[in-house]
Amino acid sequence: MSVAIVTERLSKQYRIGELQSTYGTLRDSFGAVARRLVQRDHKAHYEEIWALRDVSLEVYEGEVLGVIGRNGAGKSTLLKILTRITTPTSGRAEIRGRVGSLLEVGTGFHPELTGRENVFLNGSVLGMKRREIQHRFSEIVEFSGVEQFIDTPVKRYSSGMSVRLAFAVAAHLEPEVLLVDEVLAVGDAEFQRRCLGRMEDLSQSGRTVIFVSHQMQAVAQLCDRAILLEKGSVVLDGASGDVVAHYLQTVGGTGSVRVWPDLESAPGDDLARLQSVRVVDEHGEIAAAADVRRPVGIEIGFTVLRMGEYAVFPKFKLYDARGNVAFNAMDTSSRWLEPSAPGEYVSTAWIPGNLLNEGLITIDVGICSLRTIKLHPHAGCVDAVSFHVQDPGEGDSAKSLFTGQWKGVLRPLLKWTTEER
Amino acid sequence: MADTELEVRDRVPAHETERSQRAQRVDRVTVIKPAPRWPHLDLRELWHYRELLARLAWRDIAVRYKQTSIGVAWAILQPFLTMVVFTFVFGRFANFPSKDVPYPIFVYSALLPWTYFASSVALASSSLVSNRGLVTKVYFPRILLPLAGVTVPIVDFVLALSVLFGMMVWFSTWPSLAIFLAPLFLAMALIAALGVALFLSAVNVRYRDVPYAIPFLMQIWLYLSGVVYAISALPERWQWLLALNPMTTVISGFQWGVLGTAPPELGKSLVGVAATAVFVVVGLWYFRRSEPRFADTI
Repeated sequence: MSVAIVTERLSKQYRIGELQSTYGTLRDSFGAVARRLVQRDHKAHYEEIWALRDVSLEVYEGEVLGVIGRNGAGKSTLLKILTRITTPTSGRAEIRGRVGSLLEVGTGFHPELTGRENVFLNGSVLGMKRREIQHRFSEIVEFSGVEQFIDTPVKRYSSGMSVRLAFAVAAHLEPEVLLVDEVLAVGDAEFQRRCLGRMEDLSQSGRTVIFVSHQMQAVAQLCDRAILLEKGSVVLDGASGDVVAHYLQTVGGTGSVRVWPDLESAPGDDLARLQSVRVVDEHGEIAAAADVRRPVGIEIGFTVLRMGEYAVFPKFKLYDARGNVAFNAMDTSSRWLEPSAPGEYVSTAWIPGNLLNEGLITIDVGICSLRTIKLHPHAGCVDAVSFHVQDPGEGDSAKSLFTGQWKGVLRPLLKWTTEER
Repeated sequence: MADTELEVRDRVPAHETERSQRAQRVDRVTVIKPAPRWPHLDLRELWHYRELLARLAWRDIAVRYKQTSIGVAWAILQPFLTMVVFTFVFGRFANFPSKDVPYPIFVYSALLPWTYFASSVALASSSLVSNRGLVTKVYFPRILLPLAGVTVPIVDFVLALSVLFGMMVWFSTWPSLAIFLAPLFLAMALIAALGVALFLSAVNVRYRDVPYAIPFLMQIWLYLSGVVYAISALPERWQWLLALNPMTTVISGFQWGVLGTAPPELGKSLVGVAATAVFVVVGLWYFRRSEPRFADTI
């Protein structure tokens, strides 16, 4: 078997500021330059992190490789480098054959243009030649099932129709190498379903596929081989079932408690440091699993080192097993309106029962301050804790006595009223 | 893979298979490397993507004329009404010098290349940010976006040209043979606009101040380009200083062609050409240097 993709010590370094999508204004930079001139120490004001570090891989033709890892482990960065959207900081990679990615499905679609015009535009964006598109135009239109509306502006299409048209173009690109980032393909359920379908089709016809996903089941099922990324490096490479099992054990093992006993090395800056994060039940006991019907507490301990100009307060972000953000939460109580006095604090946020759906929940925790309208992070920990939400199946949850799969990030127990008329 | 190779061999004669397969292999190996320290422009790659450039330019034109209700008329109305205002303000009241041709046609013939330049700079400078979806999702040489940006206003220029012909008949002025050189002067405007826009579009990715600065910049630039007055009426040393602005050469060269006024002086034109070259080299260098981080910062 010949090699389709080789990467040699592929690395990518980001400045922290770049990852937060706040773009500076010129005024900010002038300010920064001025500060640097005034301050004697030329310590850089940004932190640098390796999103990807020395990733060396060989993917063989026809292989379906799963890429798994926590949020921020470098999965998406790897795909972005392989699709050439961004360049590596060091290392190199070689890909044999035409590269397609489901990232790009529908990119360049313009709502004002007709379906026909968009097929040509999108085709060129994906790297097809005009003659190639002309040659396949009728096939594409037939495949999309929107023949009737092909000369109607896409803004009048339903979302299902434009997804079908976009996939019809992508389906005729016929790449030898397909890169799929399921994490980014969020949104439409129809879209996700088609992504998976398209991937299966191509892998069955012997194409090379790299599949990034949070759905462990899908990775175990669809991939022959998987790699586990952690902090930008490959920590495990093997049969997909083994890698998935290992991942579930270790992230499960991230567990519901995280403590930083040493203030010096705890995450944070000169103002605030994270000290502990715990998942607790109603009685304050640490809980690795939560009953879907009962409230769960997220207990965040932190230290304020000095009197700052602003109040600092805890914040967290909650993800479901597929990597969807279920919600963000921050402490809005009035005690954080005044600048926080130095000291140790423990805040607990209560997530009500009958809100989250079953499955693995992971939580990013941070300590922030609110400066007029900007959130400024002081301390942060990605995937700080995780816990399982379980339904004991006693019939009084939103699922009642049904025991099958219940989709959705949330599972609220709603109040229903019915009148007989 | 073995299966597909067999399939191909079934259909194509053996000697052809080997050759075409080898060609395909060599063709389609994508090598991904860190961005080079000294950026250069990959012309071969640009040629490879020429269809996408045409497609992007065509998209902008199509969308523009679909979205506006009087579409084509805007291209003509904008320079025409500006001409009317300038004629009253600068021609009548201020009595600015106009190279001995009627002021309206003098100012209109200057407004044509100027409007092209100003809208090219504005469109191309925002091209990266307004195509964020493309930049963050697909690979293509990013320079296509500002390139398409300076191509699109050519359509408006050509439309507005019809009014110029009408005015030439009305004022019975005759073009000189130098009209055949007019495309060269316009090419100079395009290259100068591209140089400025390459720089500004890359800056705009990091700092969103650019769209606010451009109208202001263009307003000042207009008065330094000899649109509302004839540069040749200024003291000689000011003329040399203004020659650093490529648009002075573009405008007097274009007027030389369409109005038969005095040609731009060779020495000053060469200064303008040199300035254009500097614009494009600096713009390109900054653009290519920032390019690797576009998708990360945009």
